[in-house]
Amino acid sequence: MGAGSLILLIICGVLFSVGGILVAKLFGPSSYNEQKLEAYECGVPTEGGTWIQYNVGYYLFALIFLIFDVEIVFLFPWAVVIREMGVIAFLEVLIFVFILFLGLLYAWKKGALKWV
Amino acid sequence: MYDFSGVTRGIHEFLSGHFSPLGVTLWEMVIAGVVLLLSLVLIAFTLGYMERKVAAFMQLRLGPNRVGFRGTLQIVADTLKLLFKETFVPQAADKMLFNLAPIIMVVVTMLSLAPIPFTETLQFYDMNIGVFYVSAVTSIGVVGILMAGWSSNNKYSLLGAMRSGAQIVSYELSAGLSIIVIVALSGSMQFSEIVQSQANGWWIFKGHIPVWIAFVVFLIAGTAELNRAPFDMAEAESELTAGFHTEYPGMRFAMFLLAEYLNMFILAAIGATLFLGGWMPLHIGNLEGFNKVMDFIPPLVWFMGKTFLIVFIIMWFRWTFPRLRIDQLLTLEWKFLMPISLVNLILVALAVILGLHF
Repeated sequence: MGAGSLILLIICGVLFSVGGILVAKLFGPSSYNEQKLEAYECGVPTEGGTWIQYNVGYYLFALIFLIFDVEIVFLFPWAVVIREMGVIAFLEVLIFVFILFLGLLYAWKKGALKWV
Repeated sequence: MYDFSGVTRGIHEFLSGHFSPLGVTLWEMVIAGVVLLLSLVLIAFTLGYMERKVAAFMQLRLGPNRVGFRGTLQIVADTLKLLFKETFVPQAADKMLFNLAPIIMVVVTMLSLAPIPFTETLQFYDMNIGVFYVSAVTSIGVVGILMAGWSSNNKYSLLGAMRSGAQIVSYELSAGLSIIVIVALSGSMQFSEIVQSQANGWWIFKGHIPVWIAFVVFLIAGTAELNRAPFDMAEAESELTAGFHTEYPGMRFAMFLLAEYLNMFILAAIGATLFLGGWMPLHIGNLEGFNKVMDFIPPLVWFMGKTFLIVFIIMWFRWTFPRLRIDQLLTLEWKFLMPISLVNLILVALAVILGLHF
């Protein structure tokens, strides 16, 4: 179908999800209750806010992920042409992966991969 | 032998007789959309039924067996129940993001269907960067999850979403590296060419050790990306209620559920296409008779068979392994799977250059 199918898929997804929710609004009951609209946490009024500072560990992992994800983006075109380029491609990727592996080892040694 | 070109041509001619060219295109889009949505809902229902039956089988129970023939309509009844539930937005939630998150999840799932080759002719868009496109689009799903968790203004939701985000981005690396193994072997990112390169044998058979390692890594990383047990830290029900979709009622929750099942199907379909030959029938060397018999099974059946085999393995995981803690989860990825995949990549590069595979 070509690139138009992407638009079709987006429209289908939006129509399906929005339509489903609207239909449920139409059929479902609706009543107002103050307790019902509270956060579903423990049954008593919630203590403290949710949008506060949280563990820095997630941030560290996201940073390391970024580096390696860019690496993978570079590896995809390499993988397509490796058969034609032969030994040179192999040597280049060996150096490339070696440097990145050193990076992983550095992060490991620094304790960035340890959950705190 | 089993293609739908006759049907589509018939519809096209019928519409051309009644409408202008623009109208024909629009009507064809509508028909394609309706057929697509119906088949997707059917797939999600099948997976939901299968999940319960597999769980029951693993635990020596009967599973659903009351509604419909052997409980096949149970999932339809559940969907109807969800449809008649009240949908509301919690008071403290960020209303816009809260409403947007399920839509994003469904749209992303739909988009990642585009390049999957169900059969040779049944494919939405055979783009030349197919594999790359899939790994790019599926990672947008994280945004939906984070959005849902953050906007709910619930501590369980936020924790579940953050865990899920860390987990999905981490395991994406291993999944990407194991996909690169197949790209290197077949020399193309286009799904149709990857399937064609397996005409004389699936990669799992002719790729030897690197492909076996890649397949195992792909299964583990895929299960983690789906947030399924044993990696279901995001919605560990004993500690986080339901994780990032704790606050979602009724049909909005159903959208997350649908996206989850369809993602499982898509992941299994990609695994089947890359490693198990997609719609290619099983051929063994020079056994002419055997190959002829295998050719008689339609490609769609081959594709679905392989896909549901992988789905079954993923469901099997759930009832076999205990849940991992978040630090064990990240250790498994960064200290084991990641180095293994990198070394495996070098191995496969050697294999391709020296011609060690068939």
